[in-house]
Amino acid sequence: MKACLRVCTAASCRSRGGASLQHSLSEAVARAGLEHGLRVKGVGCLGPCSDGPLLAMDADPKAQTQLYGSIPVADGAQLVASLMEAAAQHTLAHWCPAGGLRIDLNHPFFQLQRRLVLEHCGQIDPTSIEEALAAGAYRQLERVLQNNNPAAVIEQVRRSGLRGRGGAGYPTGLKWAAVAQMPGTEKVVVCNADEGDPGAFMDRTVLEGDPHTVLEGMAIAAHTVGASRGLIYVRAEYPLAIARLRTAIAAAQGHGWLGTAIAGSRCNFDVELRVGAGAYVCGEETALMQSIEGKRGMPRPRPPYPAERGVFGLPTLINNVETFANLPALLRLGLETYGRGTKVFSLTGHVRRSGVIEVPMGTSLRTVVETMGGGTPAGRSIKAVQTGGPSGGCVPAHQLDTPVDYESLQSLGTIMGSGGMVVMDDTTDMVDIARFFMAFSREESCGKCVPCRAGTVQLDNLLEQILDRRATPEDLEQLESLCRMVKDTSLCGLGQGAPRPVLSTLRHFRDDYLALVPVETRR
Amino acid sequence: MEPVSPTIPRKQRLATVWLAGCSGCHMSFLDLDEWLLELAQQADIVYSPVACDRKDYPAAVDICLVEGGVGNTDNLVLIQQVRANTTVLVSFGDCAVTANIPGMRNMLEGADPVLRRAYLELADGSGQRPHAPGIVPELLERVLPVHEVVPVDVYLPGCPPSASRIRAVVEPLLRGEWPELSGPDLIRFG
Amino acid sequence: MNLYSLRIDDHDVAIAADSTVLQAAQEASIAIPTLCFLEGLSAVAACRMCLVEVSGNDTLLPACITPVQEGMQVHTATPRLQDIRRTLIELLFTEGNHVCGICVANGHCELQNLAVEVGMDHSRLPYRFPDRHVDLSHPLFGMDHNRCVLCTRCVRVCDEVEGAHVWDVGWRGEHCRIIAGLEEPWGAVEACTHCGKCVEVCPTGALFHRGDTTDEKHSDPARLQALMQARQQQRWNP
Ligand SMILES: Cc1cc2nc3c(=O)[nH]c(=O)nc-3n(C[C@H](O)[C@H](O)[C@H](O)COP(=O)(O)O)c2cc1C
Ligand code: SF4
Ligand code: SF4
Ligand code: SF4
Repeated sequence: MKACLRVCTAASCRSRGGASLQHSLSEAVARAGLEHGLRVKGVGCLGPCSDGPLLAMDADPKAQTQLYGSIPVADGAQLVASLMEAAAQHTLAHWCPAGGLRIDLNHPFFQLQRRLVLEHCGQIDPTSIEEALAAGAYRQLERVLQNNNPAAVIEQVRRSGLRGRGGAGYPTGLKWAAVAQMPGTEKVVVCNADEGDPGAFMDRTVLEGDPHTVLEGMAIAAHTVGASRGLIYVRAEYPLAIARLRTAIAAAQGHGWLGTAIAGSRCNFDVELRVGAGAYVCGEETALMQSIEGKRGMPRPRPPYPAERGVFGLPTLINNVETFANLPALLRLGLETYGRGTKVFSLTGHVRRSGVIEVPMGTSLRTVVETMGGGTPAGRSIKAVQTGGPSGGCVPAHQLDTPVDYESLQSLGTIMGSGGMVVMDDTTDMVDIARFFMAFSREESCGKCVPCRAGTVQLDNLLEQILDRRATPEDLEQLESLCRMVKDTSLCGLGQGAPRPVLSTLRHFRDDYLALVPVETRR
Repeated sequence: MEPVSPTIPRKQRLATVWLAGCSGCHMSFLDLDEWLLELAQQADIVYSPVACDRKDYPAAVDICLVEGGVGNTDNLVLIQQVRANTTVLVSFGDCAVTANIPGMRNMLEGADPVLRRAYLELADGSGQRPHAPGIVPELLERVLPVHEVVPVDVYLPGCPPSASRIRAVVEPLLRGEWPELSGPDLIRFG
Repeated sequence: MNLYSLRIDDHDVAIAADSTVLQAAQEASIAIPTLCFLEGLSAVAACRMCLVEVSGNDTLLPACITPVQEGMQVHTATPRLQDIRRTLIELLFTEGNHVCGICVANGHCELQNLAVEVGMDHSRLPYRFPDRHVDLSHPLFGMDHNRCVLCTRCVRVCDEVEGAHVWDVGWRGEHCRIIAGLEEPWGAVEACTHCGKCVEVCPTGALFHRGDTTDEKHSDPARLQALMQARQQQRWNP
């Protein structure tokens, strides 16, 4: 028999013992002397995190790929023995590790995905550049270097309609063109891997599962805009992503995909890691650049935009992890096949199957949440879906047919954001949710500008008062007007976005607020 | 807010009230000097620590100047009586408008730490917590500006507001008009 | 010199192309309220008092750093802006402990003046009464955090003009406070030259001369501008 066991060792499964599962399986295989028939490898996220720890098995013929969840991690030897027995009896197709469960790969959760960014994630061993190369890594970079036509790359990115995946959704082609046209040879490419939104783990998934795709995207960008220096700003709370990146950078340097004269071209580009100390605001691009320079991470007004004056005063291209990871696929597929592209979401909350999914842009929320996620676990009805984290808002259940794209979500008063998607069932109090996010923004405000520093505190206190049933209708009015004021006057996206969870729930779930205002105070 | 009815034939019923404040606002009121005589012609002073002997807040008061923040249980009872029986409630002076100096005890977060600090920690040896239920009113946890307790109609800041500032508020009110307050002479705190 | 012409409220202004909207407004004698801004120091656009509306632009722009543009139409005092400014001042009053009646800067305080300017006769937002401290460790000066509005003028003047960088901002959000040295008592920070510039530019009574009592602090930020000019022109006797 020839087979490969892929054990998910990304953060979520790891927290459920994924790494020890890998270890005990490898040991058992070695002890049984099965190494050449049965390979065990750790891979990035396999998708349905709620069923972790996850294990995939590719048995020859290749078509026979199975996915198993809730694997008991302790006894690898027994698992291997039962697997060998099934192989001997030709019952592999029906095999399932004892105590685990078989996950149907024909379920819409898998079938409706379109994996461009996550194509290799879960397939390859992220610590092995050989596997990445075998899967096609760095081929698009090579092609871009050979063609040596940055203007054409920019044009292709522009026409693809790719927008930044970090939250603000700025057209990537325009940003690249702005940096490319800056004079001078010293430019910087920065990858924003700060991912601080509560409930968001898309970027972590990419970095842990397939770091080379991100590095390749950065190198393509660097060649295109004329930068020779690359920086990845990653939060300290992501130790595994950091380790994977370190390994990947060293391997890419060793194979000549980073460094000087990449692939024999005249392109020089190297990448350094910068580890952030975990302030959410440091994900904001100007604060991030301050932090890279070793200063206090506080946003500054734009202009000047990073393209004009970024890190160390140099023209800087800053994009999100997922944005960079889109490039190899975009260039490989070409505009037509790439189409509108995809978006990666981390699906969490009251949903049967949570995890990381990548869906075609424009998929409806209902498809994602009900068809793919399987709806709420207890069979309750969905009340709303939250997108965009602390700067985002809620989509009420009756609008779940909204397609997931930048414009549609914005017209409902929320944002695409970076990809956090939280499902809430009908037991959820929306005022509670609004308060949760406001308390978050209050703590994470950098304190530089008055409306955000002091306004979020007043808003949080008002929400507390409402939840304690101590508020009057006038307090609700004050809540709403102060929300608008903070949104309109704050210096950066944190303060501007902080009121959105409140404004959005006031818009769609005002009754939840009114129910908390004591009757005797109502006019 | 509806304007006070513009022509009032009868004499106005005016009150002044002293909550948690130093009485400086009332001293400033007395600085109105000879204008007080004019005031006495236009209004009956129906309740005031400086101009009337009455102990209970009366009904149907037209205008009441409230000095001081709301700091103890007596203040709380009185301000509620004032609101229930007064047409125009004027928050009179910075302590009423902002809690000001009495409000500085709020930084100690609670009545208990305040009493401990004042009567035990800072006492020279023989410190004792005052405790006389029914005689000495209990401190509230925090001193609050009047408008955080009951609705206020007119704000008259100042520590204390000068006599001319007081007059700029009371005069139009007596005529049944809302005072227009702006500029450093009329609304500066402090 | 390249000139731009623009319209601010109902005044036409022509001004050098590298000017800010705030400078253009000053040129036209239109007062836009400011707090963190101080001529001679870098602009940080943090207090948001100088936000203005610009026709054709949905977002409010801080006049202190927004460059003028040809044909720009600026509105500096719309009802919306007036309400915003009053709310900002209320936010500042309620987040600190400003007891004007007993403050060293009473009568000469920029915050107090702004409250008058925006028509704040009371705060519609509740007072928060934070627990803050006073640093009296410096032999000449004092720092009362209760009165600090976090404008960072002291931080900037000490860094940019005096070159001592005694001050910085510590912590974040509502916990922000101005710190001396590495969060040491001011008097323990050897970098301090005792020049007093921070006291001079502080808009409130937060930084003061020891011994000053109620009403006695008179700041004169114009002295900073005189110093900057003298340095620039290398002329020390005006
Ligand atoms: C408070 C705040 C936090 C942010 N955090 C992140 C983040 O964690 N990751 C990210 O890529 N972008 C973040 N952004 C957006 C960045 O400022 C910037 O728009 C983005 O990195 C640009 O890359 P993109 O165009 O590829 O999206 C944040 C913005 C704000 C205002
Ligand atoms: S909006 Fe908030 S996070 Fe952004 S600069 Fe202002 S205080 Fe800092
Ligand atoms: S006195 Fe001068 S050196 Fe000392 S902190 Fe103030 S500005 Fe800096
Ligand atoms: S101490 Fe004064 S100058 Fe410094 S930040 Fe506070 S208010 Fe501004």
